[in-house]
Amino acid sequence: MYDKKLVIPGLILFLALVTLPFWASGGDENQTAKPIIKAGLTQCVESKDFMRANHMQLLDQWRDSVVRDQQRTYVSSTGKHFDKSLTNTCLECHSNKSEFCDSCHESVGVEPYCWSCHLDPEERI
Amino acid sequence: MDNTKRKFIKNLGAFSIWGMGAGVLSQVIWTKPGLADFAEQSKAPLAAIRWGMVVDLSKCDSDCNDCIEACHFNHNVPEIEGTKEEIKWLWKEEFKNTFPHKSQQFLTDKRKENPVLTLCNHCENPPCVRVCPTQATFKREDGIVEMDFHRCIGCRFCMAGCPYGSRSFNWRDPRPHIKKLNKKYPTRERGVVEKCNFCSEQLAKGEQPFCEKVCKSDALTFGNLNDADSKIRQLLKTKYTIQRKSDLGTRPSVFYIVEGEND
Repeated sequence: MYDKKLVIPGLILFLALVTLPFWASGGDENQTAKPIIKAGLTQCVESKDFMRANHMQLLDQWRDSVVRDQQRTYVSSTGKHFDKSLTNTCLECHSNKSEFCDSCHESVGVEPYCWSCHLDPEERI
Repeated sequence: MDNTKRKFIKNLGAFSIWGMGAGVLSQVIWTKPGLADFAEQSKAPLAAIRWGMVVDLSKCDSDCNDCIEACHFNHNVPEIEGTKEEIKWLWKEEFKNTFPHKSQQFLTDKRKENPVLTLCNHCENPPCVRVCPTQATFKREDGIVEMDFHRCIGCRFCMAGCPYGSRSFNWRDPRPHIKKLNKKYPTRERGVVEKCNFCSEQLAKGEQPFCEKVCKSDALTFGNLNDADSKIRQLLKTKYTIQRKSDLGTRPSVFYIVEGEND
């Protein structure tokens, strides 16, 4: 290899810079904000892990089945019946949108457009 | 002619006779799908719901706006000045604009002065559904012509298709123009078309539409047109009703009683 003395250190520097986000993120592995769930209520529609992974698909399925098929009742995996409504079911419990929904969405840079129509019950208009 | 040319012309003749015969046969043997379905439908058991409304103009007080206010509040309909950008689900219109296909000569004073309560007719054969490129407006099984605001692209073809002017477009963000927000119902956003939905969210709970609920004069009757014993059918059996532009073939579900004992 020609210019070995320049190429190899250069490559090492490049790799270090490229992998910077992975090792220089300040230490805490889980950087996303901890969403604050309203205390004192029994149980969400599904489990925390399921919701973390699937709440987007669940909301889409709810939307399609309510609007297009008029099926407004959701039967959860535990057998409980819920009304398929973002504002009236989800936000009934997770009522502080900025502490719950926005804290994660903002940190991962996601802008769901649900809120241009669906209302946040506690928003001060 | 030589053998192959003769054979060709013979085959051509036979084929064309077969083709013409098949055309005649199809008229005789297979019924046109539309006609057969309609005949079958009229004999079918009246299990399916078809929502409809009767507006009794003789009872409607022209100074009262209760139904419009209830509808617009509960559905977060914005209040925007001017006919170009206004949004309306339920509104009052002059007789000559509501029923332009009817004669306007020598109308009674009441008809000349009193406006007619107008809303989406939830047609049985809706032109808006036919022209929607995304099927954002679609016909439900119970007859309601529903809007899916998630799918609407705001092309306004439905507004062009509707012969009644029932649809409104959100030219701007409606939220600043909503007088009092109903937290239980969503708003719409800029760029979608909206209209009366026969209070489908109320019907889902087994409750009546807001306009009928708040009417003090009993001018509005909502019900299942397919149920022969329903109040609306009794009304339609006893009183003569007219419909908006009935000659267009849209088959609206809203009927108007024009004359009555109060007139």
